[in-house]
Amino acid sequence: MTRVAIAACGIIPFTRNDQSIESALLESAADLFKSSQVDRDSVDAVLVSTNSNSKYLAPILSETAGLRPDTAHTVENLCNSGTNAMVSGYSYIASGLADVVLVSGAERYDSPGQVLKWDRSRGSFMHPVFWASMLAKSYKRRFSVSDEQLAMVPVKNHRHARDNPNAISKKACSIQDVMESKKITDDIRLLDCSRSCTGSASILLASEDAARGLCKEPVWITGIGQKTTSAGFTKNESLSSLESTRIAADAALHMAGHTPKEIDVAEIHDAFSVCEPMALESIGLCGSGCGADMVKHLYDTESRMINPRGGLIGSGHPLGATGIAQAVEITQQLRAKAAKRQVDGARIGLVHNMSAAGTSSTVLVLER
Amino acid sequence: MTFESELAGGRFCIPECISCKKTVWPPAPRCSHCLGRVRLQDGNHTGTVIEFSKKENEYFCMVEFGAARIMAGIKHSPKVGQKVRVCRCGIRDGDYYFEVE
Repeated sequence: MTRVAIAACGIIPFTRNDQSIESALLESAADLFKSSQVDRDSVDAVLVSTNSNSKYLAPILSETAGLRPDTAHTVENLCNSGTNAMVSGYSYIASGLADVVLVSGAERYDSPGQVLKWDRSRGSFMHPVFWASMLAKSYKRRFSVSDEQLAMVPVKNHRHARDNPNAISKKACSIQDVMESKKITDDIRLLDCSRSCTGSASILLASEDAARGLCKEPVWITGIGQKTTSAGFTKNESLSSLESTRIAADAALHMAGHTPKEIDVAEIHDAFSVCEPMALESIGLCGSGCGADMVKHLYDTESRMINPRGGLIGSGHPLGATGIAQAVEITQQLRAKAAKRQVDGARIGLVHNMSAAGTSSTVLVLER
Repeated sequence: MTFESELAGGRFCIPECISCKKTVWPPAPRCSHCLGRVRLQDGNHTGTVIEFSKKENEYFCMVEFGAARIMAGIKHSPKVGQKVRVCRCGIRDGDYYFEVE
């Protein structure tokens, strides 16, 4: 099986702008081609990741970006769509059906993907803030974690986002700011939440032979793990851990031949504050019940190892673009091109992307 | 008679597989274990509160009825482990709602 590399990246600022999904896709793809000098004729497949109801977006992106791929289609899987599209692109290349695949994700601030209408066992509590409240309450109860401890997640991630020119958040906040921000529920405050926004990110995947001709600094996808445990939130066996993430991380690290301790930098799916410590534990970056302690250590030491671009809370969460934007950040980190966000000496990176209260997860391991 | 038609009439019925007798949840036309056909269990099911929170003045909780779980509203501050029954349910503006007491 051929190795698959990330050969080029493109991204646009995440905003609350009323931009069309087609325009957002084109802008991040244009950023990719303008910044890399990749020959557009080399693209065999175009995959679009989005929850938008707009149709035929991959052929539309192909036409507007001057591409004539053999394959062009959309991938939708709620918040996890971006990395799912990347894994689909990887599979096209690994199977020999394509050599070069453009994967572009985009979403608008008013995306229909924010609520899973099918999951009616949630009754009248459909919005993600209700499942997040259940996870936060359960996690705090099980591990004796306080609201103030969880508040370190948004403080840290908004701080990181200030050095990310594409992040929606431009200002730092304190633990007091988080605690005094609007109480959405007893267990979730406004600053605990990632924000739906308009944004797009693109990545170019290439086979080993193609990558050598397209770029000087390929970043290799060495590990992939995916797990779907259910679709409905109420089927989650545990409310204080992320089972799909644990299984996906084990598979990705096993495929890459690494242990969690070898990870230098990671983008974690912090849709809400509580998701970050839960994910750190489920990936194995710390022990069970130690996620809040790890967050405190990162906060105290100003380490950028976790969510250097600001995570979803600091950067914004344009659903279909999120997983790709996470991979763009890790690629920049591994190429030592992350400017003020750079984690020194980063060689092995991890991307964690999930959907619908962690009912499905994707974990990618990336290496130079 | 389906889960939804019963719910629309204010009745909370838990679906089970005619063949393997397992609970089918979320409600679906076929059992996810053996793909058998489904029927509704009658009864005033007793559930257990497994977690809860509050939005403004409204408590909400996750309630477990064996293998079936719902998110429901509850009037008074609940406790984890508390036994409850569905006191009101239905379909409002196309969305399900459940209340327990």
